[in-house]
Amino acid sequence: MTQPHSDPCAHCEEMMQPYLDHILTEAERIEAELHLDECDWCRRRYRFEESLRVYVRQVVTEPMPAALKQKLAALRIPLN
Amino acid sequence: MMAEAPPDATRIAAEARDRVRFEEEALALSDQVYRVARHLAGSREDAEELVQETYARAFRSWRSYTPGTNLRAWLLRILTNLNIDRGRRNQRAPQMQALEANDYYLYDKLSESDGGLSDEDRVVERLSQDDIVSALSAVPHDFRDVIVLVDIGDFSYQDAAQILDIPIGTVMSRLHRGRRILKRELAESVMEDAL
Repeated sequence: MTQPHSDPCAHCEEMMQPYLDHILTEAERIEAELHLDECDWCRRRYRFEESLRVYVRQVVTEPMPAALKQKLAALRIPLN
Repeated sequence: MMAEAPPDATRIAAEARDRVRFEEEALALSDQVYRVARHLAGSREDAEELVQETYARAFRSWRSYTPGTNLRAWLLRILTNLNIDRGRRNQRAPQMQALEANDYYLYDKLSESDGGLSDEDRVVERLSQDDIVSALSAVPHDFRDVIVLVDIGDFSYQDAAQILDIPIGTVMSRLHRGRRILKRELAESVMEDAL
């Protein structure tokens, strides 16, 4: 049995990135989820992180300029 | 009885077919390559040039690609090397080196300035596209490269490690620190906006 952490929310914060990246061990994941089940404060912050990741990805994605696409196609080596 | 094609002609035809297939597969990935290039390079113009140089080089050296391996990662490897060679990385002034904050820092700042937020999914919408693009470009490039590949380009840790030629453990630690730096930069831009 592991010792309970003196500051479970600080510990939960440490586990947030690996949790969302799905790289925690099974035991660590369960530990994080047990805390999240009872701690609204951490749960909100996890949810925020999740939506932040999705949001960052959405807003920084610019469509490729059509002219660039044509230039790339023109770089192909012609068959002779 | 049909005359057999001379072995040379058969070989040349097969090679041409392989090359055309390679070029088509590579071009089909160009949107994804551009998406990553856009934030690895300093500007939109640099990104466009880099993508063109990458494809020019890829088309010339298509024989060094092993069919069946990850073509997107292969292209990105060329692109990151070109980016480093040309010194096109967006350099941050050294005295402005970003500090990382805790993982909850940004949320805490946002909720502070809003006096208790209810819906986490809407909190992010207080960040503008400009906030995010400029915060991302303010992240030092070693950290930003990894964020761009993994969080924006959807590459695995393994692929990012190969593309950047660094150990997988370094990818993970840079990713974790880089995300914290990004959140700190975002928090700062939100606080500036509030002034």
